[in-house]
Amino acid sequence: MLWACLLLPQLALDAVLRRQPDAKAAPFALVDGPAQLRRLHSVNAAAAAHGLKAGMRLSAAHALLAGVSTQAHDPQAESAEHRFLAAWAYRHSSLVSRQWPRAIVLEVQASFRLFGPWSQFEHTLRAELESMGFGHRIALAPSPTAARVLVGLRDGFAVTAQGELSRLLDRVPVRRAALPDDAGERLYRMGVRTLGALRALPGASVQRRFGADVLAHLRRLYGEADDPVDCYTPPDRFDMRVELGYEVESHPPLLFPLRRLINDLCIYLSARDGGVQRFVVRLEHDTGHTDVEVGLLAPERTSTMLFELARNRLERTEIPKAVVAMRLQAFELPPFVPAARDLFDTRPQQALDWPHLRERLRARLGDEAVYRVVPAGDPRPEHAWTRHVGADTGTIADAPARPVRPAWLLPQPVPLHDTGLRILSGPERLESGWWDGDDARRDYYVVETRAGQRGWAFVPPGRFDGWMLHGWFA
Amino acid sequence: MAAAPQSLDALLAARTVWPAGRGTRCADAGQPTGHAALDAALPGGGWPPRALTELLLPADGVGEISLLFPALSRITAAGGRVVLVAPPCIPYAPAWQAAGVRLEVLDIVDAAPADALWAFEQCLRSGACAAVLGWPDTGDARLMRRLQVAADSGDCHAFALRDRRHAANPSPAALRIEYLPDAQAWQVRKCRGGQVPAQPLRLAS
Repeated sequence: MLWACLLLPQLALDAVLRRQPDAKAAPFALVDGPAQLRRLHSVNAAAAAHGLKAGMRLSAAHALLAGVSTQAHDPQAESAEHRFLAAWAYRHSSLVSRQWPRAIVLEVQASFRLFGPWSQFEHTLRAELESMGFGHRIALAPSPTAARVLVGLRDGFAVTAQGELSRLLDRVPVRRAALPDDAGERLYRMGVRTLGALRALPGASVQRRFGADVLAHLRRLYGEADDPVDCYTPPDRFDMRVELGYEVESHPPLLFPLRRLINDLCIYLSARDGGVQRFVVRLEHDTGHTDVEVGLLAPERTSTMLFELARNRLERTEIPKAVVAMRLQAFELPPFVPAARDLFDTRPQQALDWPHLRERLRARLGDEAVYRVVPAGDPRPEHAWTRHVGADTGTIADAPARPVRPAWLLPQPVPLHDTGLRILSGPERLESGWWDGDDARRDYYVVETRAGQRGWAFVPPGRFDGWMLHGWFA
Repeated sequence: MAAAPQSLDALLAARTVWPAGRGTRCADAGQPTGHAALDAALPGGGWPPRALTELLLPADGVGEISLLFPALSRITAAGGRVVLVAPPCIPYAPAWQAAGVRLEVLDIVDAAPADALWAFEQCLRSGACAAVLGWPDTGDARLMRRLQVAADSGDCHAFALRDRRHAANPSPAALRIEYLPDAQAWQVRKCRGGQVPAQPLRLAS
């Protein structure tokens, strides 16, 4: 087995900055600590160029650079981002662990057949992390612990043979070997500088002074003991929240975080090989929230399409109060079967297939706007058809055979005032519905108006006045 | 210097020259309308493909849907999707089914007048529909032009059913056909690539 370790040195910072457009250029810092003693938790490159450093007092930072924008560090957001990255890594491997802070470990050898050799695979990982907006370092080693140590030494380290790894590890300084607690620092002060020197010491005395953990760590590093990891299992729902950091009262500034959230959702969906049929974009205010529900007729996971639909619905939603955070929740993640397309399909290049077109129409016109008509067995015209809103009707059975019926039916019968009415055929007596309280006793005629329109009109049985028009033979 | 002589057949085939008084056949055949007299009068032998067809009506319910039924039934039988964008009344399912239209691929889009044109254009442009019927109530030739372009790029039959008062306005539609209530006949007002028949056509319904 070969393990890759992805180290995300600026995870907390990236978690915030990747949700903000053009955030790279402006100096930015995360702060934490008590209110009287604010310290910088991490700084971006632009801020570092002005001499700001992590751990610096906030007042000192302001003295160096008055215009630095800051935000409180949120450990929960950082850990949510960590979980999301584990879900993303799950696309590439079935063994993923996030047991170390700011790092993701995944088994990669089994995935080489699918994703190509390591150089190519590594390139893929880097490109995807880059596009998601995470700074990263990557290393490859035969055991997870060794990969974790190597990634701390140099970006892009790849060691596949155990012998080569052992020689390399012998030269690793103890302070950078990720030894448990402060063992590394204590060993260094005792004059033990490298792992090779530590291994040369008698094991019993090392164990007495530093505990069994150090030796166990060493054995795992050198591949002499099993190196178990806590494997990640993806949850069955998607729930992600973005703190905006400022108050938003219009739609355009919400689109960037929305796009990020939807991209994350799609990454998550592709890891599960699932789709999403219903999700909620929750706009959080200082008190209360506004929900924007997006419902589809069939599962989907194309990010551009989901974004367009969510955007359409969001833009039609009124924002009653300033929005401070945005949250995307999807609880139902049904299996997704991508639509198969024929290789020799002759449809135009920019073609949209029907499910996509339907969702686009529904997003703008309303959920009930696209429907089909299905005949029903009832003889009363207003009950002889039903609306069907849904993905698929299946095969529609034939309606019972009846005399000629008009192509257009009026939503309600309307009085027909026409003096020059000509009866073309009829009557067809219709007497039904006494059982459901919607009793109908009518004589239907096909009539022609003076304007030349052919209508379908009825009168009470046996009479020739009080014409009610019910349809047009168009 | 005389131009190189070209055979008359080549010129006729390229449709740069056509014999007067005789209809020409388009290279791209249309969708047969199901009415022999109308098919014979139209250049493609039917409803023009990838184009906007305008039906100019004095009122709803003068037989415009019966005119389209044979083509719609043929399109749906072949699996093509037909969309009605904001129809003026409810399409009565038993009657459409009796006319041979497969209701599984007949979709109706409800839209307010402001959104109907947008929906019409989206359906045309998408390429997912084989025929789209709309009731645009606009006199704006630019909007009709958009519909014509959308029908072309989406490879789709577009039918715009409009009031006959628009007959006087110019239109980019490939085919314009007007209902004359007095004669109870259809008069072709314009057909691209062919001669307009002089006589109105009475179609047996």
